[in-house]
Formats: sequence, C-alpha cells, structure tokens
Amino acid sequence: MKKTLILAGALIAALAMPSGAALAAGDYVKPPRHSWSFSGPFGTFDREQLQRGFLVFRQACASCHGLEYVSFRNLAEPGGPEFTPGQVEALAADFRIQDGPDSSGEMFERPGEIADRWPNPFRNKQEAAAANAGKAPPDLSVMAKARTFERGFPWFITDMFTQYTENGVDYINAFLQGYVDPPEDLDILAGNHFNLYYPGQIVAMPNVLFDGAISYTPEGSDRPVAPETVAQYAEDVTAFLMWTAEPHLEQRKRIGFQVMLFLLVFAGLLYFTKKKIWGRLGEDGAPEYRA
Amino acid sequence: MSTHSPTYVPKSAGAKWLESRLPIIGLVHSSFVAYPVPRNLNYMWTFGAILMIMLVLQIVTGIVLAMHYTPHADMAFSSVEHIMRNVEYGWLMRYLHANGASMFFVAVYIHMFRGLYYGSYKAPREVLWILGVIILLLMMATAFMGYVLPWGQMSYWGATVITNLFSVIPVVGDTIVTFLWGGYSVGNPTLNRFFSLHYLLPFMIFGVVLLHVWALHVPGNNNPTGIDVKTKKDTVPFHPYMTVKDTFSATLFILVLCWFVFYMPNYMGHADNYVPADPSITPSHIVPEWYFLPFYAILRAIPNALLGVIAMFAAIAVLAFLPWLDTSRVRSGSYRPIFKLFFWLFVVVNLGLGYLGAMPAEGAYVIWARILTILYFAHFFVFLPLLGLLEKPKALPNSISESVLKKSGSGMPQGAAAKPQDA
Repeated sequence: MKKTLILAGALIAALAMPSGAALAAGDYVKPPRHSWSFSGPFGTFDREQLQRGFLVFRQACASCHGLEYVSFRNLAEPGGPEFTPGQVEALAADFRIQDGPDSSGEMFERPGEIADRWPNPFRNKQEAAAANAGKAPPDLSVMAKARTFERGFPWFITDMFTQYTENGVDYINAFLQGYVDPPEDLDILAGNHFNLYYPGQIVAMPNVLFDGAISYTPEGSDRPVAPETVAQYAEDVTAFLMWTAEPHLEQRKRIGFQVMLFLLVFAGLLYFTKKKIWGRLGEDGAPEYRA
Repeated sequence: MSTHSPTYVPKSAGAKWLESRLPIIGLVHSSFVAYPVPRNLNYMWTFGAILMIMLVLQIVTGIVLAMHYTPHADMAFSSVEHIMRNVEYGWLMRYLHANGASMFFVAVYIHMFRGLYYGSYKAPREVLWILGVIILLLMMATAFMGYVLPWGQMSYWGATVITNLFSVIPVVGDTIVTFLWGGYSVGNPTLNRFFSLHYLLPFMIFGVVLLHVWALHVPGNNNPTGIDVKTKKDTVPFHPYMTVKDTFSATLFILVLCWFVFYMPNYMGHADNYVPADPSITPSHIVPEWYFLPFYAILRAIPNALLGVIAMFAAIAVLAFLPWLDTSRVRSGSYRPIFKLFFWLFVVVNLGLGYLGAMPAEGAYVIWARILTILYFAHFFVFLPLLGLLEKPKALPNSISESVLKKSGSGMPQGAAAKPQDA
C-alpha cells in the first residue's frame, strides 16, 4: 500500500512538473479564488450587488465597451438585477436610438425603449479601434464565459466534483484589481499597461477603477450601501457581467436541483424494480422459459 | 409470465391485419422483447442502450436548436446567444446538446473498451465491430462539424487546423482543402456546408446503428465469460430483464449528464468559443474537444506532417482490423492474465495521450507523446498478435449458467453448480 502511494505521488509529481514549467513561460499570475453568491448548486445572484455592478459598468466600462446581447428589458426580468419596470423605462428613455427608415426613407432618432438592445458606444469596430489606440475594446455580454485560466493537473479533475466553474469571474475580478506598478526592467510602450493577471501582462486597457470614484450612497442618505473601494467595485461589476453572460443561471440551477432530485428517486425505484425482476431467476434460468 | 411467449402472436383483429401485411410488431417483439441475452451481462453491457438514448437526445435537441440557429458567418454567433437568452428553455436545449455530445463520447468510449476487454470483436462478431468503427468515424465527423457551428474563435480555428490536415495529401491536397472550404479560407460557405452535413450525418449514424443492432442480433451478445450461449438456462429474455436494467443504468448516466448541464455547462467546452470568430486573431492555444485529444496528440507526436496525419487516421482505422490482429481464441480478458495487464496499459496510454493532446507540443510533452504513440500502435501490432500465441489462458467455465451460479455461491449446493451438463 505504502509503495503504491509513493508510486502514485511520483507519477503526480512527474505530470505536474512540466506544466509548472509551461506556466512560467506564460507570464501571468493565477487569479486568487473569490467567493461568489452565485457559485455552487444553490447559488443565486445578489440583486443589490448586480444593481451596484450595473452602476459600475455604466460609469467605468460603458464608455468603451458594448453590451450587445443585453436588452434594457433584461434589467427588469427575474433572475437579474431586477430593477423596477419604471426604472428601466426611464433608463432606456435617456438614450437616443437610431431607427428607420421611416415612410419617406429617412433614418431618425427616437428615445430608447425597453425592447432595445444596450447601445454600443461606437458605431462600428473601426471607430472603436480608432478611439482606443488601435485596439477595439471587446463586447462584455459574454465576457465572464469567454475568459479563463489554466487550472492544471489535478485541479481540472477535482473541479468536476466541486463544481468550480468560476474561472471566468475569478479572472475578471483579479484583472480589474491587477493594475500594479510594473517591474522596473520592463519597457512598456505608450498606450499599453501592466496587469499582473493578463496573459502576457501587457494590456491595452488602462486601469479604470479608483477608490471612491463611484458613489454607492443612495440619494437622501449619507452612508454608502457598500464600501466604495476598488475591490468592491471589481467584485460588483464582475457579478454583473456573470449575469449578462448567463442571465438564466438561477433558473438553470433551480430546475437542475428538481431534475436531479427526480432522477435520484426514479433511479432508486428502478434499482429495486430491477432487483425484484432479476430475483425471479433460478439456477434453471428465467421463469419465462419454464412453461 | 404467459405474456412472454417467445414468438409474437397477434391478438386483436387490427394487429392480425397489420401483421399479415407487414410483420413489424413481430419484428420488434423478437428483437426487443423475446430476444435472448446471456444472463451474466454486467453493467458494462448497458452502454449500448445508453448510446441509443444519447443519439435520440442529440437528434431531438439538435432539431429544436436548428429551428432557431442561423448558419451564416455574420449571424451564427449571435443566433446562438439568441437561443441562450430569448428562446424559452433555449439554454437548456443548447447545454443538453453540447454536453450531450461529450457524454455521447464518454459512453461510446466505455462501450468500446468493454468490447476490447471482453473480446467482443472476435468471430463471429467482426462485422458488428466494424460497423461500430464506422459509427465512431461518423460521430467524430458530426461532432467536429457541430463544434464549428457556434462560430466562436475555437470553432473557426479548430475548423482551420483540422481541414488543413488534408492539405498534406500529395498533389491533390490543396484542391481538396479548397473544395472542403468552398473558398480559399474557412468562411461562410464552410459554415453553411458544415451545418448541412451536421444535420445529415446523425441520420446516417442512425442507419448504421440499425445495421449494428442487426449484426448484433444474428450471433447474439457476447458476455463476460466470452463463451457461447449453450442452453436457454444461459439466457434471459430482453424484456423485462434488460429493459429494466438498461433503464436503471441510463437513468444514472443521465444523472451525470445533468450534473454538467445544470451545474457546470461550460466545463467541457472552451472559453475561447465565447469570443466571436476572428480570422485576424489566432488563439494562443488551439485545442480540439477533449474526445479528440488522444488522436490530436498522435498527430503532433510525429514531426512529419503527412506521416502525422496518416498516423492519426491509422489510429482509428486500425480498430477495424482488430478482429484479425488479436490471435487469441479466448474472447474474454477475464481468462487472460497477461492480456489484462496490457489492456489496462492501453487504457493508461489513451488517457496519457488525451492529457498530452491538451498540452502545448513542446519539450517533454512531445517525447511522452511519441512514447505513448508507439505504445498505442504496439498494442495492436505487437502485443495482441503475440499474446494470443504466447499467453496461457485460464480454464474457461463449462457454461454461462455455471459461472453465474458459482459466483452467487453460498446459496447453491456444490453439486448443483457442477451439474448442468444435461439439457
């Protein structure tokens, strides 16, 4: 037994070693694990957090990044930030949306409606790139599912059992807080920035979050509802992006539990049915053949 | 008990009328009700039924998805997002379909390893086995084209890498690739034809599956002892014995599928595929789906591109020749002590190749991939042919029922277990 354990340990070490070497060449720091309200089989979004996250998105992200697949109406739907329909209508009306052509063939502008998609900050990719030192900021709708980091052996196996699926949000959360002073010997070209967690560590996006820059103090109150810190902003906006990427997450987990429960009970009944039926078999075979 | 007569006799006037014109109820009855199966089949034998269920699940969810999907390079990605967000239970259909494909391969690989261990490919089941290899090839083609449809970065670049494999064919390679693409790079025509073929191939799979079942029902099932059915005592009727066992096993399998669908639906996919396809940006790491990784590792293990492609396809094609490469007359690995070791070595080799396929092709990974590739082919061309000649198998039981009664043990008087020579 002891020998087997030593052998297994040696095997794991042998497998783990080359992957460690490969990581050093990749040049980024693995994001730390964060605890999220929506992780695990019973996870749900924290509405207040999503609402704060939306605020952060609007003030810190929306001037460069789009949210192409999110419609205003989504913000009021169950399972999301659940703003009131009135709030969302007022929000949409703040935007001017191009529509048309009208009956005379002209394009026109009108106030936004809840059925409209979130308007892109740029008319097209070219304009977005031109305004951002040649690199168009990516759309954020599915960003929380479009980013990840290497889990490595054996974690990619244990993740299956622990249901760790927060690679994307852990990365984004760390990335938003990852703007630290670069190592002194590193030459960074103008328009580029150093980020600990970005693969390659040189990123076009500048730091956008600063302590106290976004107010969490509701009107008519003198105390913020959450700390006005970079860590809090990053966590809130990341949770918001998880919702935009997976708007039916709560429904999925809720139905999932019901389905799993049903299947478990069903499997149990089938097991005993099977046992009973197979119990009819004697040494002379199936009773069906005896007649 | 009297309902389980071995041959179907129509009772109602309508059934008699139909049966005398098209004996289809009788066919179903003889194939899935009265069909005798060895009584000692273990749970490894339930994966055939599981695969049938998975194929139907894939076809049903796929047809629903196709109702909402747009196979156009500019719209495919956003139509998938439309399914995920706006179609009622669209997320469920898509996650079932994507994870269902992965679990389909889990089941098919278990099914194949079961066949490898118990010698299910040996006479008289060679045609059955070869039909299975054809199904595997069709499944791989279908899954590959399906992964292209969301038109994310990994879709696009995976399609580019895999289709480019054909360019190594001497003289006509480039022409073939242009023909596959419908242009000079992967683009809208490629996506369109992949969608069309992705819809077609599952029905071809279904056809070959029917042949596979037909070819199974002629010689009947193999079993864990590998010895032939001798008397009725060795068998049970398919219904209710196998139907209830298959249903139980399939329920557990679907439970595992649901674990992924509902709790970690993107675990088996790639994050890069949530980035829309962009021909101007190559992902740092182009990796196929996990079920292709062992073959991808073999492809990259060989420095010459043409030989690598040949080796990769040979790794699958060699399976079709397995019935004649294995020289042992004993079917079941249970009675072959040395084969057993090599079988598990082969399993480890495959897992190792899978791991290496996901790693970058550099340094120690390449060396390991080469060692394991050699071991992979050695299993078919060296170990199996030699083992059959050199290995001394253990004594086989006299009959299936003898082996069953011996195992269930204590309740049976010793004499009874040794008896069944009569009948």
